[in-house]
Amino acid sequence: MTIVEKTDLAENAQQDPEELALIEQRKFERKRRIESVLIPAGTLIALLAIWQIGVRLFEVPLYIAPAPSDVAEALVNKFPLLLANFWPTFYESVMGFVVGNLAAVFIAVAFVRSRTVERAFFPIAVFINTIPILAIAPILVLIFGAGLTAKVVIAALICFFPTLVNMVRGLQAVSPQALELARILSATKSEIFWKIRLPSSLPFLFSALKIAATTCVIGAIVGEWVGADVGLGALIIDSTFNFRAALLYATVFMSSGLSVMLFASVSIAERLIVRWHT
Amino acid sequence: MSVQETANATGKAPVAASLSEAYVRFGAFTAIESLSLEIEEGAFYTILGPSGCGKSTMLRLVSDLIPAASGEVRIFGKSTEEARRAREFAFVFQDATLLPWRTALQNVQLPLEMGKKRGVTIPISDKTPMELLELVGLKGRENALPHELSGGMRQRVAIARALVCKPKLLLMDEPFGALDEMTRDHLNLQLLRIWEETGVTILFVTHSIPEAVFLGQKVLMLQAHPGRLREIVPIDLPYPREIKLRDTPEFTRHTAHLRELLETC
Repeated sequence: MTIVEKTDLAENAQQDPEELALIEQRKFERKRRIESVLIPAGTLIALLAIWQIGVRLFEVPLYIAPAPSDVAEALVNKFPLLLANFWPTFYESVMGFVVGNLAAVFIAVAFVRSRTVERAFFPIAVFINTIPILAIAPILVLIFGAGLTAKVVIAALICFFPTLVNMVRGLQAVSPQALELARILSATKSEIFWKIRLPSSLPFLFSALKIAATTCVIGAIVGEWVGADVGLGALIIDSTFNFRAALLYATVFMSSGLSVMLFASVSIAERLIVRWHT
Repeated sequence: MSVQETANATGKAPVAASLSEAYVRFGAFTAIESLSLEIEEGAFYTILGPSGCGKSTMLRLVSDLIPAASGEVRIFGKSTEEARRAREFAFVFQDATLLPWRTALQNVQLPLEMGKKRGVTIPISDKTPMELLELVGLKGRENALPHELSGGMRQRVAIARALVCKPKLLLMDEPFGALDEMTRDHLNLQLLRIWEETGVTILFVTHSIPEAVFLGQKVLMLQAHPGRLREIVPIDLPYPREIKLRDTPEFTRHTAHLRELLETC
């Protein structure tokens, strides 16, 4: 025992202490990185195992709660069906995202340009925001019919308000000194807008877009609940009423996958565009 | 022969900025009362005074950021607005006020892009933005974003930006106030070098007595409540000045005198 320790010490003594510290630090970092993946992954696996064992142990019927293995099976076997219903929801979400956020950005610009416009329309925007999306969805389906338009409008509506509020804040979040600098440079209003206000609003815009990336999917699915024969929302309703619980869970899994995908896309765009925000 | 030497030789220099009976009021509050003085071209003035004496207000008045309630301010014979549109002066704030999404070089170029639509004719410095960054010692950092630079470096970018339109008058509002002493010393020397190289007239607000003495040819001592001119103290120390000047008895004599004066303001 003592001999082993001595040789270890002798070996260490020959190495540069700084290098040694660096190696130790790398080891530590690698360990931490592995841990940061292993801990949540382990927890997830444990929870799935409890679910699997619980369902089997208490002999819960398949139409009430499927085991994870049943859901996985449905995901694989019904994948063509799931994908056929995924794309319509995807289009509705993305189009709603684009329309709702563009509208919010343009209206925010109008609000910042003119206090009168803001005073006239902001209370209306707040009022519309207070109506639950589930309550307004049937009205929109009545107006726009059971086609694509109603779902896009619902998805757009749900994105609209957070982006409006954030964008107004972002456009106004310019330091007074930056405005003094602009005045000394005799800048016009439009130069201030394009070169100062708009870029400084981008971090605010992106935090709103990240919210919208997940809520637009909710909007599209709610729209499909009210009236649709395709889409993940329609499939959720259909599999619920037919007691196809495994398919229902697989559909829910796909819906959350869609949200994650959109959220990740916005996050990547943010990292590429807002390089200065630390 | 630089401008300031010419001034000393002839005893009379052209006037860069003149204030006559200028008042600034914010509502019922008088920030500046009856301020009259002439800043000769090529001079380096430092401005000292207790808080509330209107040091910053005076720079804002000269730079057309706030109007005079009465009296007159002329810059190279023009009104402040005309001078602003002709880019006769540039302003350096206490905070560097860089646009965080622009690189150091793009920040220096900002004044060249602004004001065109208002018909401002933009005077171009004989130095390119790149050369100006080199002048302030930031060669090689032109593509860095502001958050990648230290406080002192950011302020140097702001100085390069101020010089890009070749201003004849440089207004500086406590530009080094937020920096540590070592950085401040370094930037003081750099600023003196730039002043000597370009012949620009400088009005420099500070709350540090040693800084005011070290930089200025003359110290404008302002008095508070209401803000008005107390005294113009000439600093007869030769240029080029070096850091070790601070340890000389003449330097200490000046700072002691100013400190005494400041206490009675």
